[in-house]
Parts: sequence; C-alpha cells; structure tokens
Amino acid sequence: MSNTPFSEGIQSGRLKPAELTENFGDIHPRFDEHEALVAADRCYFCHDAPCMTACPTDIDIPLFIRQIATGTPEAAAKTIFSQNILGGMCARVCPTETLCEEVCVREVAEGKPVEIGRLQRFATDKLVETGEHPFERAEATGKKIAVVGAGPAGLSAAHRLAGYGHDVTVFDARSKAGGLNEFGIAAYKSVDSFAEREVDWLLKIGGITVETGKKLGDGLSLAFLQADYDAVFLGIGLGGVNALGVDGEDKDGVDDAVDFIADLRQAKDLGDLPIGRDVVVIGGGMTAVDAAVQAKLLGALNVSLVYRRGKDRMNASEFEQDLAASKGVRIITNASPKAVIGNGAVREIEFEYTDDDLKPTGQTVCLPADQVFKAIGQTLEGDGLPELERGKIKVDGTGRTSVDGIWAGGDCATGGDDLTVTAVAEGRDAAEDINAALSA
Amino acid sequence: MANLESDFVGIKSPNPFWLASAPPTDKEYNVRRAFEAGWGGVVWKTLGSEGPPVVNVNGPRYGAIHGADRRLLGLNNIELITDRPLEVNLEEMARVKRDYPDHAVIASVMVPCEEEEWKRILPMIAETGCDGFELNFGCPHGMAERGMGSAVGQVPDYIEMVARWCKEATDLPVIVKLTPNITNILYPAEAALRGGADAVSLINTINSITSVNLDAMSPEPMIDGKGTHGGYCGPAVKPIAMNMVAEIARNPETARLPISGIGGITTWRDAAEFMALGAGNVQVCTAAMTYGFKIVQEMISGLSQWMDEKGYESTADFVGMATPNVTDWQYLNLNHITKAEINQDDCISCGRCYAACEDTSHQAIAMSEDRVFTVKDDECVACNLCVNVCPVEGCITMRTLDAGEMDERTDTPVAAEYGNWTTHPNNPMAKAAE
Repeated sequence: MSNTPFSEGIQSGRLKPAELTENFGDIHPRFDEHEALVAADRCYFCHDAPCMTACPTDIDIPLFIRQIATGTPEAAAKTIFSQNILGGMCARVCPTETLCEEVCVREVAEGKPVEIGRLQRFATDKLVETGEHPFERAEATGKKIAVVGAGPAGLSAAHRLAGYGHDVTVFDARSKAGGLNEFGIAAYKSVDSFAEREVDWLLKIGGITVETGKKLGDGLSLAFLQADYDAVFLGIGLGGVNALGVDGEDKDGVDDAVDFIADLRQAKDLGDLPIGRDVVVIGGGMTAVDAAVQAKLLGALNVSLVYRRGKDRMNASEFEQDLAASKGVRIITNASPKAVIGNGAVREIEFEYTDDDLKPTGQTVCLPADQVFKAIGQTLEGDGLPELERGKIKVDGTGRTSVDGIWAGGDCATGGDDLTVTAVAEGRDAAEDINAALSA
Repeated sequence: MANLESDFVGIKSPNPFWLASAPPTDKEYNVRRAFEAGWGGVVWKTLGSEGPPVVNVNGPRYGAIHGADRRLLGLNNIELITDRPLEVNLEEMARVKRDYPDHAVIASVMVPCEEEEWKRILPMIAETGCDGFELNFGCPHGMAERGMGSAVGQVPDYIEMVARWCKEATDLPVIVKLTPNITNILYPAEAALRGGADAVSLINTINSITSVNLDAMSPEPMIDGKGTHGGYCGPAVKPIAMNMVAEIARNPETARLPISGIGGITTWRDAAEFMALGAGNVQVCTAAMTYGFKIVQEMISGLSQWMDEKGYESTADFVGMATPNVTDWQYLNLNHITKAEINQDDCISCGRCYAACEDTSHQAIAMSEDRVFTVKDDECVACNLCVNVCPVEGCITMRTLDAGEMDERTDTPVAAEYGNWTTHPNNPMAKAAE
C-alpha cells in the first residue's frame, strides 16, 4: 500500500498497521492493581455522596471503591452491577467529567477527582473476566416479555426482567446485539470486542432469547408483540439521521457519521477503511467528536469539526472537545453549512458564520473537503408507535407509554439525555414497573 | 454463600459485627440507625448507677493522630460513661430490643465496686430484654479516678470478685471487658475466668496523649488550657489488641474462654484476622465514628466473599485457626532462610529500600549509577525492612531458600531439618537435639 495522509481523495491504508494499532488502542488503559489501590485510597467514603447522586443509575460509588480498597474487587463489581448491569461499558463511555467525577469532593477541593470511571472499570473487568455471572434468576413466572432493541436500554430491561423469572425475547434490527455499545461508540473506548463480551456475559443470567435481524415495521409488528407477550418494552433508539438541508447534500463523499462509526467498529482491518484527506464533520455532539477523532486516527491529513453555535453550547463535553483538539482535530464554531460544492463528488463545503442564536452574519468561508460526515442529530423512525412528544415516544417516570402494556426507554423515549448510562437506568426502572404490573 | 450468623456465648446476631460500647451506641436513635445499616449487635454505651448521671466536659472530647492525606489512624477520648439518666437508657433499650429481636443488644455496666450495687442493677437492666452484660473494667480516664473502670480491671482480684457477683445476679451471659493498661493480659483474663465470666472482650482504650499544643503548652484535647490522658483507639491500636487476643487464646488456662475482639477493626480483613487469632466475634467503634454506620456493608460483603473463596460455611469454621501458629520466639525455625528479591519490573527506583538498608540495616542492597537496586544475597539477613518501606506492594518479596541451597551470607547450605534456639549451639541453655 502506498497511500499516505497526503493522498488525494478518499483512500484506505493511509497509515501503517502499527500506527493504526497504536492510534486505536485503549484510550484509558485499565488500572493495574497498584494504581487501583492508590486511586481507591483517595475516596473519602462521603456520606450521601454527591457522586452517587450524580450517577443516573445511583451506583453506590463510595461502597464499591472501599471494596476495591479492601481487596475485594469482585464484591465491588457486584455493588456496581446490582444498579447498572452495563457498568463495564459505562465505565468506558460515561462522561464522568460531567457526572460523578465532576461533583467528587476532591474535584472541589483539589481539582482532581477520585478516578471513579477507571476504578469502576477495574472492578467490573475483574468480574466479567472470571466469566462468572453474579446474579441468579428467581423462579420462573411463565410470563413472556418482548424487548425491542438490544441496546443499553433493552439489555438492561431484559436482564432485570429475566432476574425476576420472566421469559424475555429481545429483538434487534441489526445482525448483532449491543446497539450503540456495539455500533455507535468510538473504537478506542471499547477495545477487544468488549461490547460483544459484555452482552455474552449479561445473557448468562438465562431466560433471555436474542433474535437479530428483526426490525419493527419490517417483519415485526407491535400488534403481534402485544398479542403474543404479556408486556412490551421499546428500546429502539433513533434510527434516522437528520439531513443538512443544503444544496449539494447528495454528492458523493457526504456520509452519515453514525454509519462511519459503525463501519469502523465492525471493520476486520482498519487499513481497509477509506477516509478522506480533508474531512469535515458537521455537528457538536459526541457522535461528531467520535467521527472526527477517528477520521484523524485513520490518517486523514486535515479534520475539521464544524458546529453552528459557540463552543460552550456543544453537547460534547469539555473532555471530548479537548480530546479532539489533542488529536489534531480543528474545531470551528459559529458556522452553519450553506452548500456542498463539487462536481459529482464533494470538493469543498461552504459555511456562513452565525451567532449563538443562529443569526446569519453574511460572512462565509469555504473548507476543502473530499469527505463530509453529518452528525447533527438522529430521529425516531417507525410508524404506529405510541404517542410521541417532541419526536420521541412519550413516557412517564416509570417508562409507561400511552399504550397499556407498552413501556419504552433509552434514546427513543422522552426523558433521556442520549447517554448510555441514562438508557440503562430507564431500562432497569421500566423493568421494575413491568414486574410490578405483572405481579399485581 | 457463606453464613455470617453469629452465636457468641449463646447470644445470636445476624453477623459477627457488633458496635462497641461507646458514643455510637449511647441512644436509641443511633442504635436503630446502626441496625438498619446492617450491624449485627450493639453493646450499649456503659450504664452507671441510678441517680444523677455523670457529667462530661463541655470542651473537646477527642484528640487524633492522622496519617497521610489526613487519614484518621488513632483517636483518643476523654468522654465518660453515659451521661443520660439510667431509666431513659433502659426504656430505649427495651424498645430497641423489642423491635429488633434478632439483633444482639448487650448492656455495658459500670457501678462502684460494691456487691449490692452490681446485684441491684443487673436484674433491673435485664428487664429490658437485653441479651447479656459487658462489665466495663476498662475505661482508663475519669471513672478510674473514682475507683471504677480500669481501676478495677488493673486488679485481678477485683475482676474475679465482681464477675462472681454478676454471675450470681443474672442468668444472662457476662462478658468482662479488659483494659490493656496492664503488664500481662493473662492475669485479668484468668481472673475473669475464675470469677465465672462467660467471655472476655478486649481491648478497651489505651492511656494516651495524642498531641501537645505548643502555643498553649497543653495536651490536646485542651480544656481551658489543660488536658488529660484519654483512651486511645482506632487502626493504630490493632496490633496491640491482636497480640493480647492471641495471648489469651493460646494460653492453655484461658484457651476455652470466648473472646470478643476489639481494637481498630476497620475492614473485613481486620475482623477476619482477629477471629483467626481466636475472637468469636468483633466489636467496632472508631471505624463507625470515622466513616459512619454504612462501613459495615463492606465488612459484610468482604467477609462473606473471603469465606466463600476459602470454603468456610460459618464463622466458627475459621475462628482460632491461626492460634496454633502463634508461638514463642524460641520455637521459630532458625533453619528457615529467606532472601529479599526486588522485582525490577515493578520497581519505581525511589531508593527507599536502599536508604533503609544502607543506613539502618545490613548494607545488603546495591545501587547502580542508573538507579537499579538489587539485593546482595551475601549480606541480606532477610529482615524484611525493605519490603515494609517499599511504596509498591508486592515489588519486594522474600524468597525461601530450598534445603541444600547455599546461603551466601554464611557460606553454609540450608539445613533441611527444623532447628530452633532451644537446641542451638550458641544457646548456653541448649538441650541436646533429640
């Protein structure tokens, strides 16, 4: 292969295999035993701890850190998993800097929080790697529950429901379970097929059947599920991608960031994956950062992340923004796309500078681009769903939808904030409510 | 799943973790919170005679020793027994015991050294439904000046006498709490046994001054420019307490005397260590005072995980298992030879092992110009100091030499057979080896 970052157009193999391996290595390598003990030692075991309150799944963080400190990481893992069965993935992808670690009293005191995320990873990895599953199913109830979507919300709900002795069938449109954990997260956050291993481990509780390649509205109907199952949980995520709505959007080289991220995660050999020399990512969230950083790590020469409002309005956390900057991604703010320019394929893209209220300034700028990734949000897809509110399935605090017997949670439902950990909490809480309803 | 249920001299509790008699157990409010948090039992804060209760100082009651990062290692206190009226305590104890019948409620008692005092108060307290008594012969401050607490615990004859009165006054189990402020813990333990006590609990706090205010030139805690010795407790006293527990457990005369272990227990491991040395259960105070009652959750999860790993089904399976391995120095195997080994992969080149060995031990560690530290086997006496000062756990370890292997320090091969001081040629009292 003779391609380099300078090769024109969209090309594969811009970097040597060794460079790719290094670039896509674990972003936060796991603590070794010594590091874990030193990190755990810093926890004050706060009363009614702020970190615990900040965690959407209410993990008893002081307790699990103390269990690490006293040499029982397996017990720590159990403390974590009892609240959040996907605690292993959350340890990798949670924006801890805006959740538990942001409110850690040592962050307040010293500007250096206890490294809760990495400690959680240390404990959960230990237990998952033993292959043991720490939870047992209650006696079989004979009740059947359909879970649509094998992402964080669906898996969390399925596990909790199976634990109560119900028989759960999880349907997913893709070829593999895991949802965004498997298809939608930057590769360096989940190395060594962790998402897949986590799903396998989760299913060890028993009582859960996964049926892949089954999409709602495409061989799978809600009416059928309602008739055949005692309850239905929808955790279908957001399948659609927002369009830019500008001229030239259909030109070659203009792609959805979520597809790029999914292809990258599923790639057997990163060297086979084509990427542009000049890449422009449009958006300001985690997906935009994941796409931009990975484009750079694949060997793109120039990567710009362009967001229409100011830096402080970006959904991507400061940590993510800094990560992008440190990898050489140029972040451009207050610029809205105006037109995609090129003859058949994109050559450049024109932006107009806009203020924080998106008021156009009349000033424009053109960025060279042989590849453009759209990451300006996703939308709910599907017909015949329960009542919607602002484009998502309307749910109450327990995940109940407008239709009796159907619950929903995760990104497809109102109330979420597009975080894995929130989806896990919503799936779990809906499962509790389903169980209560079925036991009543 | 290991069963943590505990039966200590017939007193049952859901786990072996009791709160020791101390401020955390002074009130119904605290004790209810403790039981809700998971504690198996409480020894209610020491009750005194009827009539006007004792008074406490109104300035600071506690002093402390901190380790790195302000970790509380040792705490001392000058608080007395409960300063609330006896009848209030008894009403509250009765209510708590009624609501928590499966949890242990033990009454700690301290009244003047007069037979009728003890014989009057015990039946009165028994009406609360409590599960037993603990005789406070331990407090080293305040009450001792009035002829109670450690003033009794320091005189074996008094211990025996009062224990006997109490056994005559009640059918409930009587536990004698021992003071460590003595020369030999076996004397008071044997006295308790002679007096008919069902068990001993130890240690109570140690006489101490934790710090001196160098501006006011007064011990801390300072009350209006003066301080007094207080009772020392917390992680710092654990080694002292464990030795005393082991001494009682391995002494043939007291070997069958049940022991409730107390002294700096903070984690499941501390508890397991006390129990391995012979304590049937444990009592905790400072850890709860430092971290709150929730700390017991780690003790419960940790102990049950460890028991599962080891295959112990109940705590009785491992209580006293380490006792036979506590011996006298003269019986240690002098032919057991080890050498320090430094794992170069783990070493962070701080040089603390070198400084310790070169300055204060046997000059058995070499330091290269590029800061590589290695053990000189021909100088290493295996003192373990380098292991203990190394900041990286597991970086320096001790390797046991095989029989027949050459000990480079003495230029002699390691003997295969056991050999101790009693038969050593350098011992003028040596007996011929059999």
